[in-house]
Amino acid sequence: MAKIIVVTSGKGGVGKTTTSASIGTGLAQRGHKTVIIDFDVGLRNLDLIMGCERRVVYDFVNVINGESNLKQTLIKDKRVDNLYILPASQTRDKDALSQEGVEKVLDELSEDFDFIVCDSPAGIERGAQMALYFADMAIVVTNPEVSSVRDSDRILGILQSKSRKAEKGEVVEEKLLVTRYNPERVEEGEMLSVEDVKEILAIELLGVIPESEAVLKASNQGSPVILDDESNSGKAYSDAVGRLFGEEIEHRFLEIEKKGFFKRLMGA
Amino acid sequence: MAKERLQIIVAHERNKREQPEYIEKMQQEILAVIRKYVEIDDEQVKVNLDNNDECSILELNVTLPE
Repeated sequence: MAKIIVVTSGKGGVGKTTTSASIGTGLAQRGHKTVIIDFDVGLRNLDLIMGCERRVVYDFVNVINGESNLKQTLIKDKRVDNLYILPASQTRDKDALSQEGVEKVLDELSEDFDFIVCDSPAGIERGAQMALYFADMAIVVTNPEVSSVRDSDRILGILQSKSRKAEKGEVVEEKLLVTRYNPERVEEGEMLSVEDVKEILAIELLGVIPESEAVLKASNQGSPVILDDESNSGKAYSDAVGRLFGEEIEHRFLEIEKKGFFKRLMGA
Repeated sequence: MAKERLQIIVAHERNKREQPEYIEKMQQEILAVIRKYVEIDDEQVKVNLDNNDECSILELNVTLPE
């Protein structure tokens, strides 16, 4: 039985796909067979972030409609063992994801995989609801900014009322991932602090990903930022994956980086 | 400032979604009954359910025209 993790947020552009790519890659790096599913039907992007856009032949909706099987459709990652991608369809048909269809595909994947990471589309419409419906765990991606926090709270409300677990009287595990964190701007009072976000949403903190050019660079290269183990963002994602396995890792990159001796000497 | 505003709106929205679904319909029906006797607008009837630990309080607030 696979564990189903939805990466969700409500608001768009906060880093769901970046997070899905890095968390999925991190799980696979630890030897767990992992598939990342792009639920953003019509606006497929996970393939681009994972760098497999030219290898897409079939997609999620083809599998649901029986036009292809999983073996033909799953794209195996070339860098990391145990990692597969199920791309979204580019159809404009909003009802392409039926609940029964999604359930059938997840059940089949469940037999073979340890983790299924569902990359949710933005919003609270059908696609987002499908992505979170079957989840055992939700990673709620939030930027330290008022509209993102508010939308995250709404998504938490949906998880607590409209998910399969909720319908069965069970609870979806909820984890907070704060992305695009900039300690300088927090210091200047321009950005909510991670403590503020945690206090308002009142869920467990999985990680804080610092704002960094490494994320943009990784997207441009089609390589999940977690593979850039020199970058702070990559390290922060690795820490987050470790915490998913119960490892006690202190949160880092929360304070303004002190300039090193040489940098100070150079006046940088 | 941002934090306080957020806390207020989030608390308000949580409260709203924790209300049972029948509240809205009930509000409509109460409104219809009152309208049989007095002319009032939709905003003049407020129905609110407060859940405390031990009991729930249904609060009905009707503003009658002068």
